[in-house]
Formats: sequence, C-alpha cells, structure tokens
Amino acid sequence: MKLNLLLTEHSFIFACMNPQIFDKLKLLAEAAKFDVSCASSGTTRSNAQKGIGSAAGWGVCHSFTEDGRCVSLLKIMLTNYCIYDCGYCANRRSNDIPRTTFSVSEIIELTIEFYRRNYIEGLFLSSGIVRNADYTMERMARVAKDLRTIHRYNGYIHLKTIPGASRELIGEAGLYADRLSCNVELPSEQSLKFIAPDKDYQSIYRPMHYIQQGFLESKEEKKKFRQAPRFAPAGQSTQMIIGASPDDDNRILHLANAMYQRPAMRRVYYSGYIPVNTYDNRLPALTAPPLVRENRLYQADWLMRFYHFKVDEIVNEGHPNLDLDIDPKLAWALRNPQFFPVDVNTADYEMILRVPGIGTKSAQLIVASRRYGNLSSEHLRKMGIVMKRAKYFITCRELPLFTVQEVKPERIRELLTLPAKKKKDAEGLMLNF
Amino acid sequence: MLYFIYDYTFEGLLTAIFDIYNRKVFPDRIQGGHLPVPLFTETYTVVSDPEKADRVIEGLKKKISRQALHHLFICYLSEIENIEASLFRYIRKTLESPSGIEVNFADEDVLFLSKIYKKVQNEAERVKQFVRFQKTADGIYLAIMDPLYNVLPLCSDFFQDRYADQSWLVYDSRRNYGLFYDLRKTEVVHFDQPIRPLQTGKMEDEHLDESEIAFQRLWNDYLKAITIRERKNLRLQRQFMPKRFWKYLTEKQ
Repeated sequence: MKLNLLLTEHSFIFACMNPQIFDKLKLLAEAAKFDVSCASSGTTRSNAQKGIGSAAGWGVCHSFTEDGRCVSLLKIMLTNYCIYDCGYCANRRSNDIPRTTFSVSEIIELTIEFYRRNYIEGLFLSSGIVRNADYTMERMARVAKDLRTIHRYNGYIHLKTIPGASRELIGEAGLYADRLSCNVELPSEQSLKFIAPDKDYQSIYRPMHYIQQGFLESKEEKKKFRQAPRFAPAGQSTQMIIGASPDDDNRILHLANAMYQRPAMRRVYYSGYIPVNTYDNRLPALTAPPLVRENRLYQADWLMRFYHFKVDEIVNEGHPNLDLDIDPKLAWALRNPQFFPVDVNTADYEMILRVPGIGTKSAQLIVASRRYGNLSSEHLRKMGIVMKRAKYFITCRELPLFTVQEVKPERIRELLTLPAKKKKDAEGLMLNF
Repeated sequence: MLYFIYDYTFEGLLTAIFDIYNRKVFPDRIQGGHLPVPLFTETYTVVSDPEKADRVIEGLKKKISRQALHHLFICYLSEIENIEASLFRYIRKTLESPSGIEVNFADEDVLFLSKIYKKVQNEAERVKQFVRFQKTADGIYLAIMDPLYNVLPLCSDFFQDRYADQSWLVYDSRRNYGLFYDLRKTEVVHFDQPIRPLQTGKMEDEHLDESEIAFQRLWNDYLKAITIRERKNLRLQRQFMPKRFWKYLTEKQ
C-alpha cells in the first residue's frame, strides 16, 4: 500500500512538471487514430494480489467519439517518427509534421491514471518505426512488461507488432500483452508494394506466424503445467485499408477468410480509406470515405464468423463485389430463392440463420421456443424478428401469401430498397493507377 | 380487494409467494410497503422470512436453471411498476408446469421478463461504461450516477475486483445510496444531507486532488484527437452514449 501511494504521489508531480505531455498526447493520439481495433475482449483476468485492474472477458466501451466509434483503450503511438514512407499513412517519412516521442514512463503513467478513473479498459500501443524494427519493438514490449511487473497492472494491453521484428521480441511482447496485431494494410501484395514500397507481405506474415506459434506453444504448455505463462491470450488481429487500391471485395473477403483459418486470428478489421496524403497520386482521390462499402464488408465478415456462410457464397468470380444497396445476407437469399421459404417451426437452426431479418439471437429464441408449441408470425414479431424482410422467406403457423416463390427476387429487392434513399459511395470515382 | 404488502426486498417478495401458496389465497396485488394502498382495501403484511424464501427457491431450482433464477432477481431490480405481478405469474407457471417454461419465449411473461432482464443488464453495463471517477483531495475516487434501475448491486463485484488498490465510492443519487470500498470491503453508505455534487455530478474544484484537473483535461484532449472528422456521426454517438449520462461524463462538460 505504501509503495502504491508513493507511486501515485510521484506520478502527479510528473504530470504537472511536464507541460509537454498535453501536446504529446494530442499528436500521438491523432497519429494512432486510424487503427480501427478497439476490442478489449477475449481475456478474463481477475485482479492479482490487490494490484490494479482486471479484464472482464467481454469488452467495455467507456466512451464514444463524435464519429460514433467506441473508445475502450488508450490508443496511442510511442512515436510518430518513422523511417518508412507508406503512401496511405499520415506519419510517413516525407510528411513535414511535428514529431514527438513518449517516454516509457509517460505512457505507463497515462495508462494507469486513466484506468483508475474508469476512462479506459487498457492500452493499445502502436508506433512509427525508429532506427529499426527491433529497436522499436523492444521499447513497446518494455512498456507492457513494466506495466505488468512493476505496476501490477492487470488491465488489457494490445501491442502492435512491428513488421520485421525478431521472434525473441515478439515472444517477449506476447508474455505481457493480451493481444498482438500486425496489419496486412492492403488486400493484395501488389497494391502494398505499389503504395508502401518499404513493406512486403513477407515482413508482415512473419510476425503473424511468430504470434501464432507462440500462442499454440503456450496452449500446449498450459495443458502440461497450469502455471505456464500465457501468450497473447486474446490472440491476434489485423487490419486492411479499403478503397485505397483497386482490389475487389472478392479479393478482400477471400484474404480475410484465409486469415480466419489461422488458429490465433480473432478479428480482421476493414478501414475505409481516408485520404491523408492528397498529393500522392498513387492513391485514389475520394470525395468521402467508402463507409457503405466498409459496412457491407463487416456484414459479410459477420456472416462468415457467426452465420456459417462460406466465403464463396458471399462473393465469387461471378459476383466480385458486394451490393451496396442491400446487405450481403439478403443478397445471397435473393440469388438463391430455391432454399426458401423456410418453415421456422421445423427447419434446422443453420437454415433459420440464413433467413434475412433473423439474427443469431432470434434464431436461438425460435429454436428454444418452438418445442413448446407452434410459433405464429405474432410470436416472431414480438421476439424481435424483422418481419419486413423475413416475411418473404419464411412460413410459420399462419403466414404467408407472398414468399420469394410468388413475388420474384427482383421485385423483393425493389420493395426493400424503395423507401431508403439510394446510398452514394465515393468508391471508385477516380483511380490513378 | 386484497393486497399483500411486503418490505420491498427480494426475500420479502419470495416470502409473499410462499405465503400465497401456504394460505391458498391469491392477492390482487403484491406491493412494497412504501406505496400507498387505496381505501377499503384489505391488506396482509408479509413478514420476510429467509426460510420461506429458501423454500420457494428450492422449488424453483427443480424446474429452472440457476441462471434463470438469477435473472429473476435481476428483473426484480428493475423496480418497474408492478414487476411483482409478472414475477409471480412466471413463478406460478414454472411451479405448475411439469418441466418449467424457462425458454418458452412464445409465453408472454417469459418474453416480457427476458426483455426486462436485458434492459436492467444494459443499464448495469452502462454504469460500468460511464462511471467517471474523480479523485478527491483525501484520495477517494468518487463517481455519481442516477441509473434508471437499481443496478449498483450488479456492478459491485466489477468495481471491487478492478479497483482493488484504491478507495472508491459509486453513488446512486436517484436512490440515495452508494457503494464505498475502503481497500478491504465494499459497504452500502448514505449521505444524510443532500450535497451539491449529487445534483451536478461534479465535485467542486477545491475538493479535488491537485492532479485531477490535469488528467481530466488530458482525457478530453485525447478524445478530441482520436476523432476522425471525416466520419463525424453524432447520431451514432448519442445512440451508444445516451444524453442522460452526459452530465456525469468528464468529456461532455
């Protein structure tokens, strides 16, 4: 207890003595804002020996910024100096912007003080690359190590791994972090080499592979010794930029699907490209970020992860891009009317999941409740099923007259897109390739 | 008209249900002792009895899962108008059916209570999300809230586990009680007199720790810096972070 008092005492002197901390935080948070991941889920850790913090297992969003994004973690960069010159990045070497670097103790202090006030679930630390990959990675791993060992901090830690970092340092980082991530950045290696000539897929896939190995080895160890150290228990995630390269949704989703086949991969994030370096004519000039496309990609991602869809059912050579006007599940149903209508009182859970307007929760409610008796459309409506969409694809006790068999798919598409104004997407306005 | 009056505790409600079965009289209404009773109403006052309450719980355990049982308690915390009636009907249907009705969401009471459960859980989650501790001059981390439902009991473990090495107080200004953790245990406390921060949600500056203002400013700066202006969407922000919490949020002052 005494020690702790001393630490907080020390910390406040530190913050007051160093007025630069305000500018640093602004710059290095601004520099980190395009990393989408803010997940704080995947680890359950209760507080050890009266230290500080816990990980709840599910994520907690503590605030929401004006763009509507969840703020769960203190997402900052260690430094915005960088030796790389990636076209999509505001911190690229050739940009003339103010540069600064946090010291390890400043990051630790901000994390702990924010944490104590219930502002955050933990830390998301990323960094520009200074000197070389290992030098940077070593500093980042030290933040995590000091937080855990010196400050007895049990909250969430997400570390970005630096492309090209050594196996030893990633191994060290994994001992203290909950999640490690390495961004593939662009959906194809060709685009990556074109826009970010310093990077290639090998430098990205190698750390991903190290993380996966560490994760699997620690799982094996755990089976033998309960006390064996955990390695990045929340696995890894990755992110790609959408709309900065000519890659189609077919390419993007197949890459995501391949990622999800890897045992430790938990999330693939899609980040609609926002032009930060407008002078760089290797990149498209967009009037607005492709938010609708990004949203459709997330919906497709959910279909793969929670609705048992195969990636080829969502996009394929024949349909290389997602329909921006309707969601991918409805699009699939309209392309495959032969599977409908589905009788909710008898069909398999798998098939009920495929009905547009029924989510995973409603599907579970249906399967649980129908054992007690036949379900009517009124029951379904009360359970929260979106009948406006579902009614064309189901039969139940008394429904329906107009399923997809009577009303043709084209007509249903019209009916369901009619009232909403046609959404515009800036996608593909000008591509200077 | 017959009213069962109980002491407005969950144990009291279960005792009332035991008495109903025991005495074989069905009241028109079960309500807490703090509510007014209409004229010319016959009343029966339930005396809370842990043994009777346990017997109801034992009966329920044979028909529903422990989880569902806990959900009933959570629904009770909603304190919504006449929740007792829904809970009683649910319990009655459960006890009288051969194998329980736990997941029959076609049943009105099951569906209704499952919705209430979700609402209370969401509110508890929001307390965990939006509590903002302010560090006071005497080193206590203090937060004020006025949740729609009585959810502090559901948040107690969360705060106690997470903030085990700091002394904290979370106060429900609507129900006028708080949870205070003194580094050893969590206790229920009351302010005898209404203090100003209960209305404003803010401590006066002179009662704050010297570093507090600096960290509040850092937090505000941080949130501004990570906003992507090209994606501004205030409606989405309000949807996730309802306005009624704003007066307690450091970043919304």
